[in-house]
Amino acid sequence: MRYVGLTTIGGNHITTIINVQNIQKSFKKQTVLKDVSLSVTEGTVYALLGANGSGKTTLLKIITGLLKQDAGITSIKNWDANKNARAMQQLFSYSAQASTVDDILTGFENLVLIAKLRHIQNPKQVANDLLTEFKLTDAANKRAAAYSGGMRRRLDLAMSLVGNPEIVFLDEPTTGLDPASRNDLWDSIRKLKKAGKTIFLTTQYLKEADLLADEIGFLRDGEIVETGTPAQMKRLAGPDKLQLSFKTETEQLQAASHLSGFDLQTVNDVTLTVKLPDTVQTVMTILTILQGAEIKPDSFQVTSPTLDDVFMQLTKGA
Amino acid sequence: MTYLSDTFALAGRLIKHNLRSVDTIITVVLMPIMMLLLMVYLFGSAMKIEGFSHADYVNYVLPGILLMTIATGSAYTALRIFTDKTSGMFDRFKSLLISKSAVMNGQAVASVIFLMISTLIVPAVGFLVGFRSDATLGEWALVILLLFGAALAITWITAPFALMMSSIDGASAFSYIILLFLFISSAFVPAAGMPKLIRGFAENQPMTHIIQAVRSLMNSQPIGDHGWIAAAWIIGITIVFAFLSSWMAKRV
Ligand SMILES: Nc1ncnc2c1ncn2[C@@H]1O[C@H](COP(=O)(O)OP(=O)(O)OP(=O)(O)O)[C@@H](O)[C@H]1O
Ligand SMILES: [Mg+2]
Repeated sequence: MRYVGLTTIGGNHITTIINVQNIQKSFKKQTVLKDVSLSVTEGTVYALLGANGSGKTTLLKIITGLLKQDAGITSIKNWDANKNARAMQQLFSYSAQASTVDDILTGFENLVLIAKLRHIQNPKQVANDLLTEFKLTDAANKRAAAYSGGMRRRLDLAMSLVGNPEIVFLDEPTTGLDPASRNDLWDSIRKLKKAGKTIFLTTQYLKEADLLADEIGFLRDGEIVETGTPAQMKRLAGPDKLQLSFKTETEQLQAASHLSGFDLQTVNDVTLTVKLPDTVQTVMTILTILQGAEIKPDSFQVTSPTLDDVFMQLTKGA
Repeated sequence: MTYLSDTFALAGRLIKHNLRSVDTIITVVLMPIMMLLLMVYLFGSAMKIEGFSHADYVNYVLPGILLMTIATGSAYTALRIFTDKTSGMFDRFKSLLISKSAVMNGQAVASVIFLMISTLIVPAVGFLVGFRSDATLGEWALVILLLFGAALAITWITAPFALMMSSIDGASAFSYIILLFLFISSAFVPAAGMPKLIRGFAENQPMTHIIQAVRSLMNSQPIGDHGWIAAAWIIGITIVFAFLSSWMAKRV
């Protein structure tokens, strides 16, 4: 027997809330999505990672029913986007790339407008609550045109939360923000996750995916070429490395000869890196060998691959 | 009726846009007013129009100037639609559970209100430069109804064009086509004096019927066939282009 969208792992129900199967999409002759399949688990953060023009926005629009696919099926909570668009729309909100707030309206008016369009009982109350939550109360009656980039994005996110949707789609929520505003927004997204929402975001920032996502899908050449947790993705880029620096070239050469059994790389005259198949054990072994040979490194450092390394790896593997 | 409340919520937003940028209204009425002054003080004395004395030329030309205001104002209708399309605002609205046609209808409601406000500023200036009318209240009501119809039809004819264009300049260029229709009509001089080929067009195109009807009503003269022909054009254009716009808006 097979339950659609319901898998049981170790007694916990894991429910697939967004399901995308074999989506294809072309614009005239340009094929943007060749064959995309993915699924998102309820209450998790899914990050769709991809370079400029890889088709992230296109996929997001197809999932939210704003754009029609050429082939394939998408569903949200088992509602088919083509057949049950209206039932589906109640479940999610969509925040487009380059925040879509109305510049001429105030923050308060922007929120009230969305609340009215979502047919909510007391739009003004909802607007005020969200302004408080996103620290925009002081700017509530200023036109959005006067907001900073960070404030606009917070307002945009607040607009996405009017009506308390279960699923929040965010297209590149932090592009163009300064580091402090970006951190703020990351905090807000984490809070949403804690509140039980499912978040589907697109990003070009590997760090963002690493920090926020439970699952990352890497979109390239119209397909999801890799998918997994941030840790799994990083493993793709290879093992951790130990970097050893010495005072002199002689010491470096001596060390290299003692460690010839390892996978070594010479960085410069005084620096070596060693690949670590098993981080802790190998580091201990290496330091013991060096101690035995009475070679004392000037400094050492263990580095884990970043998603940037994965990005490089996957991009050059084209 | 969420359909109506959606439309008005969306229109309310655009009406705020219009009210908060008073300069757009000034820009819209400036050209027609300049035109009115030029026509009355510069060319008026050279115009010989049957049934109108030199001093009355302002009475002849005012209806055309009112239509000109609607035409120049429609550039802003196009601009607002185009901006919403490209800024992602349409997507935001379409992703909400609202009636799909409410998005374009909201644009239309706001546009007609904006065009009517602009248009009704012009007769005040007309009055200052000698426009007089002994039309009855009923005739004035019909004038306003016709202008309203013209604003509605021009709004809807503009919408698909704005949705189709890929640049702001392209989107607002349609108002020039409407202006062209205005110049090749009886707005400023009777069509009778035009070259034969153009004359056939000028006498039968919708703009002429609307202007003739408005002019007759304002001057308390018999309206002839112009009234119902104008109404038929307005209703026809509105229906066809409203459907076309809604159909296109779902696809952008
Ligand atoms: N409506 C459209 N008509 C024609 N081509 C389109 C359309 N929308 C997107 N494209 C093309 O599809 C490709 C993917 O675009 P998309 O916007 O989905 O990429 P993206 O990953 O979101 O990029 P970015 O990071 O820049 O936002 C691009 O080459 C783009 O030019
Ligand atoms: Mg994009």
